[in-house]
Amino acid sequence: MHEILQILYENAKATPSEIAALLGRSEEEVAEKIKEMEDAGIIRKYITLINWEKLDQSVVFAVLELKVALQRKRGYDAVAERIARFSEVESVRLVSGGHDLSVTVRGKSMKDIAYFVAEKIAPLEGIQSTCTHFILKSYKEHGAILTDQPKPERLVITP
Amino acid sequence: MKKQTKKQSLKNVPPWDAKRHINQSVRDMPPSGIRKFFDLVNEMKGAISLGVGEPDFVTPWHVREACIYSLELGSTHYTSNKGMPELREAICQEAKRDKGLEYDSSEEILITTGVSEGVDLAFRATLNPGEEAVVPEPCYVAYTPDIILAGGVPRTVPTHLENEFRVQREDIARAVTGKTRSLLLSYPNNPTGAIMTRPDLEDLADVVMENDLIVISDEVYGELSYNRDHTSFAQLEGMKERTIILGGLSKSHAMTGWRIGYALGDPALIGAMTKIHQYTMLCAPTMAQVAALEAMQAGKEEMLQMRHEYNLRRRLFVSGLNRIGLDCFEPKGAFYAFPSIEGFGLSSEEFAERLLHEQKVAVVPGNVFGESGEGFLRCSYATSREELIEALDRMETFIKSL
Repeated sequence: MHEILQILYENAKATPSEIAALLGRSEEEVAEKIKEMEDAGIIRKYITLINWEKLDQSVVFAVLELKVALQRKRGYDAVAERIARFSEVESVRLVSGGHDLSVTVRGKSMKDIAYFVAEKIAPLEGIQSTCTHFILKSYKEHGAILTDQPKPERLVITP
Repeated sequence: MKKQTKKQSLKNVPPWDAKRHINQSVRDMPPSGIRKFFDLVNEMKGAISLGVGEPDFVTPWHVREACIYSLELGSTHYTSNKGMPELREAICQEAKRDKGLEYDSSEEILITTGVSEGVDLAFRATLNPGEEAVVPEPCYVAYTPDIILAGGVPRTVPTHLENEFRVQREDIARAVTGKTRSLLLSYPNNPTGAIMTRPDLEDLADVVMENDLIVISDEVYGELSYNRDHTSFAQLEGMKERTIILGGLSKSHAMTGWRIGYALGDPALIGAMTKIHQYTMLCAPTMAQVAALEAMQAGKEEMLQMRHEYNLRRRLFVSGLNRIGLDCFEPKGAFYAFPSIEGFGLSSEEFAERLLHEQKVAVVPGNVFGESGEGFLRCSYATSREELIEALDRMETFIKSL
């Protein structure tokens, strides 16, 4: 991975001047490279990883397994892109294995999501079957362990 | 009646004094300068410590997991004195692959309990009472005490900023006497971060040959060499036999607490070290050897990732030091920066103590690592980027207040 991307992948807040100091390059050079990658669509969005468990408000996630019946002239892309337009949908992926599309959905309640699937996803042309897995607990997201762990101790001064 | 006479005969026993029973060399040994600082820092809440000589990373999980699994299987027995054959083989293979050095895993390698034990064994196995070992300073704090405990005499040689703390041929030549047996090299260096390139080392080879010395080369930071491969003295032509390489996984694989190191060298030298090791240590801890084997076999990727992260921090921190007015030459290995405090009118200890009390940043005064370290500070960048940035801010505030 590009070394600037690697830094941003771990910390979207890293500024061009911070990245420049880490890489021993000029701030302008780094800013320009980032702009290039944004324009090229390599960098799509800067996000914040939230530990929802720590929030009072109820947020529910589910993973949908969808089987898709392909029709003439219409590949997976058409169905996938149609699903991706719903604001409730967080991610859409074509996967290998027992089903075709893996879709992450966010809602306020299980009922919310159940209705969404029943009313919006299942009836779509080409959707053969749906299977909804509600996420009960998330342990690790985007490389970050979400459960609180004690910080390993180091001696403050060692030779 | 009998009892009474016995009591009377004990009358002239002097009062108990434990100190009288302590070996003279140990009694004369000054307390470590690090210790005093440790106590000071320990009392200070909220201090950022740049004083730690070990990685901040925890040992990669697959390595820890391999150890846990071995315990489940009951691998709790002794290993061969020399260490597990598979581990010895893995280390020898790496030496061949990375350095082109061939060692026979049955008699040219010893697994030690950390490089610390290796240093001790190397001196004890090679020095006769009164014989000398040359030690370039500033350096890790254990070498001179180990030499003294081995009955030897340390001959320290200063290294200087103008040579980027590389030891100079003339200085070694000047320190060598008829009694000198060995030269210690520790590059990449703790505390300076200095390295010796192949030409730098080649410059020393004839002094070593002429005086029939052996080289004890502490290469525990060997893998942490930035933007170039580390060269070992043993890689120089004709120097392999004369060199004992001391290496380990502590720094490169974030395994300090496991205490696994190794010595590579001539079978006679390794054999002599093994003799002492078998009576004093028997073998390195078995579970730690299992973990080390996993690290050797499957830990390269993480090692490279950690090195990459140190390299990022190195650039960030060293450029930061120079920006705030603490002149620092570019350290090319280990994870230490060694900035100069010349011009502030303070000794290393005064500077470090005031920095700790006034801005709560802990660094180690350079004089702890030898006289030639006076005027410098050892700052470890094996700590998070956020802490490094915060430490730089605080150090800048401190400098402005002087």
